[in-house]
Amino acid sequence: MREKAKILDKEAISRALMRIAHEVMEKNKGIKDLCLIGMRTRGAYLAKRLGGCIEKIDQATVPVGILDITLYRDDLTLIAAQPIVHKTEIDFDITDKNVVLVDDVLYTGRTVRAALDALIDFGRPKSIQLAVLVDRGHRELPIRADYVGKNIPTAQNETVEVQLEEVDGRDEVVIVEK
Amino acid sequence: MAWTRKDLLGLEELSKEEIEFILATAASFKEVSTREIKKVPALRGKTVVNLFYEPSTRTRVSFEVAAKRLSADVINIATETSSVKKGETLIDTGRNIEALKADIIVVRHNCSGASAMLARHVGISVVNAGDGWHEHPTQALLDIFTLKEKLGRIEGLNVSIVGDIAHSRVARSNIWGLTKLGAKVTVCAPKTLIPPGIEQMGANVTNDIDEALRNADAVNVLRMQFERDETAVFPEQLEYFKRFGITEERLQKARKNIIVMHPGPINRGIEMSSEVADGVNSVILEQVTNGIAVRMSVLFLVAQARDNIKKNENIN
Repeated sequence: MREKAKILDKEAISRALMRIAHEVMEKNKGIKDLCLIGMRTRGAYLAKRLGGCIEKIDQATVPVGILDITLYRDDLTLIAAQPIVHKTEIDFDITDKNVVLVDDVLYTGRTVRAALDALIDFGRPKSIQLAVLVDRGHRELPIRADYVGKNIPTAQNETVEVQLEEVDGRDEVVIVEK
Repeated sequence: MAWTRKDLLGLEELSKEEIEFILATAASFKEVSTREIKKVPALRGKTVVNLFYEPSTRTRVSFEVAAKRLSADVINIATETSSVKKGETLIDTGRNIEALKADIIVVRHNCSGASAMLARHVGISVVNAGDGWHEHPTQALLDIFTLKEKLGRIEGLNVSIVGDIAHSRVARSNIWGLTKLGAKVTVCAPKTLIPPGIEQMGANVTNDIDEALRNADAVNVLRMQFERDETAVFPEQLEYFKRFGITEERLQKARKNIIVMHPGPINRGIEMSSEVADGVNSVILEQVTNGIAVRMSVLFLVAQARDNIKKNENIN
């Protein structure tokens, strides 16, 4: 594993989130019926931050939930290390809401596919939109993001590592070569 | 840590970390039962066979509900209406179930060690739902889960187990699990129902119910299995209630927030009074709810471990 390039630093991450917050509010014409759901682990923190950005802009809070998609994955047995099941925490009804799903990296699209299945089990949202900090390409399913922090073209043998203050002690996005 | 066991046979062989891992996973599964659609696709396409050689309603139904909430297909075999009646052995029955390409056998048997023997002879997962007087691991796990949920910890707790200790797999599994997690366990029963050697498992012994309750954070009241009474070791029912039954009056002398548990079904007026069973200290129905989460956790973990074993065999 060799660090190849630093893509985003602390300031760039917070600027990207602030821009996404504006875009979300523009597309949904404000925050009525809006809610954010972050995918564990890092998407959950990004969703919380995005909620903070919206609050700064609009002085109003949007509900933020956390989704754990371990039980919906189609590759459960392909993962070398055993995935640990964490709690899903969505304490509001998503029916007829505009749900913005938040994740750190969009890659094959399989995680998002699983998240869509999980969300549908919780209710029938008016719409589901997708916000990601990084889109690195190589999709295997017909899925795209509505809001992207940064598009980063990558090779398959590279990984994009998103590190966040809340989990990793610092904010940065780097490309690592395997 | 990673869970690597394809079977769950008892708590004796588990480490503290493994027990805590099951409980942590169960805590995540608990949320699923609060949803409007109480189902996740984690075990979709897997088949769970409930093989019960003893009558059981709550454990069987709990396993069935747990498996169904994970989207597994469930088949129930009650041995009274099966080939077991024609003399088929446990191992043959197990191998036949394996040949049907089932993935998990949940087995309840009146012989101690039956589930371990079955696990040695089949490649699919075996979960012990009670074997003789030996162990009933998922019951103890749900008891411990409930305690942890109520009191925030297990370490340092005083837990008393009252009732027929000698014939109780629930007591044994609880003693293993609780002592591994650092609780102090006291067992309380008439002398005839205390098995020899129970102290070596790490439990204190008393025949005085008031002493058992005095410093207890929780009391787990076992069912008196009068239907098993063939050896005259059982006291008369009213006599038992007088000396060992949990009553409001006895609880008055215990800690105010003492937790009262019972694995069910309750004999009201024998092990405890109705007031206690339905009282503020009782968590008996919460135990039932938590049983689903714990069993979902166990089924999920053993199924995953077996899938990993199969995958590694294919690679090598």
